[in-house]
Amino acid sequence: MKRRLFLKGTLAGSAIAVAVSAGMLIPRTVLAAWPKSGFEAKSLGDAMNTMYGAGAPGSSDKLKINAPEIAEVAVEVRITVDAQFDDLESVSIIVEKNPSPLTAHFEIPPGTLGEISTRVKMAQTSNVIAVAKAGGKIYSVQKEVKVTVGGCGG
Amino acid sequence: MASGILIRSKTSNGVTLVRASMKHPMETGQRKDSKTGEKIPAHFIQVATFELNGKVIFIANLGPAVSKNPYISFKFKGGNKDDTIKLSWVDNKGKSESGEGKIS
Repeated sequence: MKRRLFLKGTLAGSAIAVAVSAGMLIPRTVLAAWPKSGFEAKSLGDAMNTMYGAGAPGSSDKLKINAPEIAEVAVEVRITVDAQFDDLESVSIIVEKNPSPLTAHFEIPPGTLGEISTRVKMAQTSNVIAVAKAGGKIYSVQKEVKVTVGGCGG
Repeated sequence: MASGILIRSKTSNGVTLVRASMKHPMETGQRKDSKTGEKIPAHFIQVATFELNGKVIFIANLGPAVSKNPYISFKFKGGNKDDTIKLSWVDNKGKSESGEGKIS
């Protein structure tokens, strides 16, 4: 009887190990797994579905995005996200009209704040979207950034 | 720090600001070589992990649209002067690098 229980336990354990290695279970804070399907999505809708599931994100005054009105250097556009949620889990930056819209996805352990800044490349004028997951809910905010080809302010 | 990783962090009023840059080409895979006309393969950092004294405080998953030599800044509660922030990255070719910096 004990042996059977042991075998059962071992099988269950290996099934979990297989699931983890296949990426079905992602213990994000323990084992960082790059979200491949999200980064390979070719549209905003696909990227959102893959990363956050169906359903429209809400808006909140706790989520802000700061980006230039006009990007003079399209390969270095400074994006700052300020997500002031107490139970923040993750923040994504999405450039809607890039070939692969998902640009960065930040995982936020407890104690880390949602004030994040980075630089991104933009293919053309596009909405830049910040998505925050907090307390199991999804929020987003966007800002249009104009890209001027040739840098002549056209 | 012989690597291309630069970390500057500063603590004030119980909050630490971390600013980091990593030397990396961040090739999108969309550019063509001007001489041969062939596509330059994608080569970019995928995961950059930040640790404070060995505890993970921030994970940045990046795509190829993050600018060349990625810059990332974030803030966290806590952190003392002389604590060590460690940054490790791994790219899509499996190459990895890490670097450290002390909080000032």
